[in-house]
Amino acid sequence: MKRAGFDTIWLPMALLIPQLMIIAIFFYWPAGWALQSSFFLQDPFGFGSTFVGAENYTSLLGNDQYKRVAGFTILYSVLVTFFSLAIALLLAVKADKVIKGAKTYRTLLMWVYAIAPPVAGFLGILFFDQSTGPLTKFFQMFGWDFKLGVDYNATATAMVIVAVWKQIPVNFIFFLSGLQSIPRSVREAAMIDNRSATGRFWQVTFPLLAPTAFFLLIINITYALFDTFGIIDALMKGEPGNNPMTLVYKVYLDGFRGNDLGGSSAQSVVLMALVLLLTVFQFRLVERRIHYT
Amino acid sequence: MAQVSLEGIRKVYPNGFRAVQTTSFTIQDGEFVVLVGPSGCGKSTLLRMIAGLEEITEGVLKIGDRVVNDVDPADRDIAMVFQNYALYPHMTVRKNIGYGLKNRGTPAAAIDAKVQDAARMLNLTEYLDRKPAQLSGGQRQRVAMGRAVVRDPALFLFDEPLSNLDAKLRNQMRIEIKALQRRLGTTAVYVTHDQVEAMTMADRIIVLNEGRIEQIGTPSEIYHNPASTFVASFMGAPPMNLIKAELDQQSVRINGCRDLIHAPQSFDGPVTLGIRPEDVEVDEQGLVSFHVDILEELGAHRLLHGRIANQPFSVMLGKDDAAQVGETKINLKPEALRLFDRETGLRL
Repeated sequence: MKRAGFDTIWLPMALLIPQLMIIAIFFYWPAGWALQSSFFLQDPFGFGSTFVGAENYTSLLGNDQYKRVAGFTILYSVLVTFFSLAIALLLAVKADKVIKGAKTYRTLLMWVYAIAPPVAGFLGILFFDQSTGPLTKFFQMFGWDFKLGVDYNATATAMVIVAVWKQIPVNFIFFLSGLQSIPRSVREAAMIDNRSATGRFWQVTFPLLAPTAFFLLIINITYALFDTFGIIDALMKGEPGNNPMTLVYKVYLDGFRGNDLGGSSAQSVVLMALVLLLTVFQFRLVERRIHYT
Repeated sequence: MAQVSLEGIRKVYPNGFRAVQTTSFTIQDGEFVVLVGPSGCGKSTLLRMIAGLEEITEGVLKIGDRVVNDVDPADRDIAMVFQNYALYPHMTVRKNIGYGLKNRGTPAAAIDAKVQDAARMLNLTEYLDRKPAQLSGGQRQRVAMGRAVVRDPALFLFDEPLSNLDAKLRNQMRIEIKALQRRLGTTAVYVTHDQVEAMTMADRIIVLNEGRIEQIGTPSEIYHNPASTFVASFMGAPPMNLIKAELDQQSVRINGCRDLIHAPQSFDGPVTLGIRPEDVEVDEQGLVSFHVDILEELGAHRLLHGRIANQPFSVMLGKDDAAQVGETKINLKPEALRLFDRETGLRL
């Protein structure tokens, strides 16, 4: 392989600086501040702060509400990740087989991608409206008195549905391009070797999609944990009350609504640690089993 | 093992492109048939229809006594070797070879034994636990072969299996494939655009052009008695010389030159005259003037490229025959002359 190089070290460093600055200013600096302020108890009106050591952390451990939110966050991330990946994969497999009008079909499926999360949340509100929402009526048909923003399970269901709906196009695009990069002859060889289309999918196509799926798994967990903030905020209509929420939303709520900056910082540090662990776990355990061509 | 018969097979793609025009032929049990032709001639489509990877627009396809038009590829008792090998990249060589058996419900012990046998036959034993990415091109080719032979199918289908290999390996694999097919006695259909492969491997060659069969015959028939100017120019390297000439009874006139040669058959009017480059002698007393432009030294023989009456012409000489660039005289062996209709290109 040919290796290109720079004559001096200054040019590559200068080229790296903008990126490094962005990371430093928008990530490391706030993260450092969060870490620092997680050891303090701030005055709600901004008149100084007191060092309390690990008290912000220990009080989290004893907090039932925090545990409940953590439990919901895990369930929520699992559901959103699973359904958005599964449905997108199904759509991609089907779209891959479409011959006539394939482009139109794919474009229509990708459109949702362009919708911003808060807008998706508001669309969700329309769908789940108490009196006119079609999905509310749909659930009522099955005898479920669906009350968005009032009933815990109803709000949770709406959050999952909207988040999944919003994420499907991204997954769809990646899965489709993944499918199309599998050589046609490999699939044809499988057709001769295996009569069962389902068997072929799980034994040949899916393993070859695994790198794509693994990448999407990380993207989707991150999405469910963090990027669904706008959707949750919109669906909750600003009234957290009895409603479900994710850990990220609780960080915002405690910090900016409850003015408990120290507790909120401690929560975000816990989140950072969680993400770090998750990433290490994924790369160590999952990636090793995946074949990259 | 089986006989394969195509009865009035035709392929029209949804966009209206006629890939294969109505075609009928029968491949005998144990025969090695090569489909050869330029790209786009329909040879791969024909093979893929036999494999079941392409739908048959019209006609009846039989493998053995069974009509297989609507039979799933997996149930046709065929094995196919693809141009890019189409190995499963995530499976080891062992699993690649055994995959088809496993899906047919063969017991694990039997699969293992058969895979071992196939691997021994193809010198792959030490690579069984490697993945395709860790193999060279020639080894991948062998794995693809192993995947085909291990199932002991009624029919082998080869879709240009050697075209991704370098020239030396290609020559070697050509012989190996042929020997393997001989040993197993399995009927084989082999698609290639390389006329050397066709000539060396086939029991019978089917020459295709624009979705039609130009000629079916043994390599020697195809070479010596081409049915059309297309076959004459496609088969053989260098190809048969084709020259415009006039025929008056049996005397041939090239570009209005004197009556020079006697044709083996009688005809009046314009013809295309064909002669293989090796059927020409350089002779000081020769009847035809030949202007040599380029001399190609090939070791075993020499090629002279030049012109007869301003039409391109090649002559092949033995390595000991003297030759030089410039004006010379040649003789065409009368018994080697082939006459074609100027309009249709068909043999007269």
